[in-house]
Amino acid sequence: MVTTGNGHTSHHGYCRFGLVASLLPALLFLFFLSCWPDIVQGRALVVDRPWVPSLDLILRFRLDGLSLLFALIVSGVGTFVSLYSAGYMVGHRHRRRFFCYLHAFMLAMLGLVLADNLLLLFVFWEATTVFSYLLIGFDHESGSARENARQSLLITAGGGLALLIGILLLKIAGGSYTISTWLAGGDQIREHFLYPFIFVAIFLGAMTKSAQFPFHFWLPNAMSAPTPISAFLHAATMVKAGIYLLMRCHPLLGGTVTWMATLVLVGGITAVWGAVQAFGPRDLKRILAYTTLMALGILTMFLGGESTEALTAAATFLLVHALYKAALFLAVGSIDHQTGTRQLDRLGGLWRVMPITALGVAAATLSMSGFPLFFGFIGKEIMYSGALAEHLFPGFAAVAALVANALMVAVAAIVLFGPFAGRLAAPMEPVKETPWLMWLGPIVLGGLGILFGLIPEWVSYALIEPAVLSFHSAGEEIRLSIWHGFNLPLLLSVLTLTSGAALYIFRTQVCTLTVATFARLPFSAEGLYAASLAGFMRSAEIITARVQNGSLHFYLAVIIGFVVFAVAWPWLGNIAITLSRPGQFGGNSAAIALLLFIAAAVVVVVTARKRLAAIGGLSGVGAGVALLFLLFGAPDIALTQLLVETLTIIFVSIVLLRLPPMEQAKKRSARRRGIDALLSISVGLLLASLLAGIGQTPLDRSLTDFFEANSYLAAHGRNIVNVILVDFRSLDTLGEIIVVVIAAWAAVTLLRKPEGP
Amino acid sequence: MQSVILKTATRLMVGLMLIFAFYLLLRGHHEPGGGFAAALVAGTAFALFVIAEGPGKVRAAIRLRPTTISMIGLAVAVLSGIPGLFLSRPFLSGVWWGPQTQPFVGTPLVFDIGVFLAVLGAILAVLLALEEI
Repeated sequence: MVTTGNGHTSHHGYCRFGLVASLLPALLFLFFLSCWPDIVQGRALVVDRPWVPSLDLILRFRLDGLSLLFALIVSGVGTFVSLYSAGYMVGHRHRRRFFCYLHAFMLAMLGLVLADNLLLLFVFWEATTVFSYLLIGFDHESGSARENARQSLLITAGGGLALLIGILLLKIAGGSYTISTWLAGGDQIREHFLYPFIFVAIFLGAMTKSAQFPFHFWLPNAMSAPTPISAFLHAATMVKAGIYLLMRCHPLLGGTVTWMATLVLVGGITAVWGAVQAFGPRDLKRILAYTTLMALGILTMFLGGESTEALTAAATFLLVHALYKAALFLAVGSIDHQTGTRQLDRLGGLWRVMPITALGVAAATLSMSGFPLFFGFIGKEIMYSGALAEHLFPGFAAVAALVANALMVAVAAIVLFGPFAGRLAAPMEPVKETPWLMWLGPIVLGGLGILFGLIPEWVSYALIEPAVLSFHSAGEEIRLSIWHGFNLPLLLSVLTLTSGAALYIFRTQVCTLTVATFARLPFSAEGLYAASLAGFMRSAEIITARVQNGSLHFYLAVIIGFVVFAVAWPWLGNIAITLSRPGQFGGNSAAIALLLFIAAAVVVVVTARKRLAAIGGLSGVGAGVALLFLLFGAPDIALTQLLVETLTIIFVSIVLLRLPPMEQAKKRSARRRGIDALLSISVGLLLASLLAGIGQTPLDRSLTDFFEANSYLAAHGRNIVNVILVDFRSLDTLGEIIVVVIAAWAAVTLLRKPEGP
Repeated sequence: MQSVILKTATRLMVGLMLIFAFYLLLRGHHEPGGGFAAALVAGTAFALFVIAEGPGKVRAAIRLRPTTISMIGLAVAVLSGIPGLFLSRPFLSGVWWGPQTQPFVGTPLVFDIGVFLAVLGAILAVLLALEEI
């Protein structure tokens, strides 16, 4: 038995539920693979179903090169993450819930990359946000996990709102919701005066989702999710949703100076910022999180480019990064699972006891640092040629890429040598290799990094070229190769590796320097977030204390006063007229008797000195009104009114009789009683005037005629009221009973005695 | 409340009121009544029961939790809308069994039973919670 970092104990073995659940991503992966021959020849698979046609929301899915690349990454990495989790989550209390969230997220992500309708994409976009929230806060008993989950939700959902605004503006500007039509170009959109707003709104959505500076801080905090989740959502898939969106928008919105400058600058800053900060933490997972920031920054930076090289670099690096980062996260999870810690200072020499995981990490880190023959090397070569081919700021892009990559080399070395090299720490003696489910992922994903590095021509033909051509109409063929000859990118590659090695040698100094520098910064993006959230909460508290002061009397006065004001304002001129005309039932003596009875009951309510007497008077009013209904031929309403009145009286008495006797209650001041009286009288007069007004206008009987004519013939019922409720307007009734149940539920929750602290 | 008279009367009344509620529920389509009114009558019956015997006995008598009753009611109401879909008519369209001119029973009645259970559950939930403060 090994005690894991998550505080649960695991027997050797696996979670059977998880193993079966892994079939879903595996089958999806095979399905997407089977579509590949079509896609690579430039065809696209389309499914088109109406959903809400009036909103232009169409269930239109389209599998083209870019979608295929993403779908293969999502389902492929998903398969290994799911298998891995079957080992990782063994014995966890909520393991089934975990797999449900995981696969629900995966389906949402697949929906996102397959959607060909922008609104549909937005629906899936929000779904991934929600599942990310649930998964970050999966360990929901931990306060910091909840805090981090909320942070990521607020930031990404806020970005989602911006994206929605962008989508709607795009529609106003005459853009199409069908994404596949965008490849034809968007000159009309780019020249539209709304373009800057569309760009900013959509880019905000992408920035928050893909953790671009200054919204980057939620991603490292999201590491409170279980490690397989970090590997899947926060390294390989969800954070790439923003990148995906930018790729899709590239033909429509890209190519302008605004686009190029913003993306290159924001991406470059994010990349360097993330890479520098990766030196600070001692927690392996946090280190990886910062390197993910670097990768996302690099991807954004290249999407700012216009040339085929830059866009190819983005697509290639996307694949490179997904492979090595997922492998590394899974391996760090294994280390945590087997040793109980992720702290660099407490780890060492693990290659002796966990050789297979070590091998996977070695392959992944070599790819990450871009050693020749690894896929990462190909990625870096094309990255440098892409950076040099940027239209705006090629120098900045190249330097940013160089700095970030050099830092990456050093971080890769730390991640590889830190836990695995050196001597085994004493308490690590009984540590064993993980079960096969858990080393499979790192080995296969790391191994693909080598395989793809050896056959770059095939990868570029099979995956990269179809992907790039889906959002960029390139004139030339896209081919990656191992050897490009002696050129500037190669020189930069060599420079990267050497400076990375130097940084690794001086890592302690760099680390101290980084931590000291970041501690000195006068303010941070996260600090601003926390301050604005705290300010928001404080203002909410102040307003709540004012508006909801707990006095029911105050609430009623506000509600009634507002109704009187809002209704009386437009009705003011009619009050005198309507009240001056006598009603139609002036001669009905029974009605007059009832009215007198009701008036007497009202007097009882108002003057009562005991609660029970007031309640009795109130029930008299209700019964009188019910009898009035009966008198005027509405037995159904009379029945319901009487029953509601009875139940209300019972409820009211249960509550009121628990209160201290009325004699003990503090007398209200004469002024407040005067205000109350004024309010009561004015609302009474107003209602009377309104009702009289309604009585004086001719009734439109067309609906009544319809129901009278059809209730028996079409709905086989003679009681029209009931037929309307349960047949003609049954959807309304369904909504109403749902409201009733929710209200009851809320009341019960409020009334329940608090359990524990 | 400890009162022999109330307790004895309640025993008689509750049964009668529940039968009346059932009667209202069934006749609702043609005469005044229906699921909502029936739920109010049944709710009143249980209120009487609660006042006479206390919330513990009522909870024991109804066995299910009030919120569960509500949920069953909502489920029944939603399910009653499904048959219409199979006849490719809109959700919640009434479907009837029996002779064309005078059918015996239809989904509106099932829907009304759902309304009855949902409202009754809501009343019971608040009633019992109030009594147990």
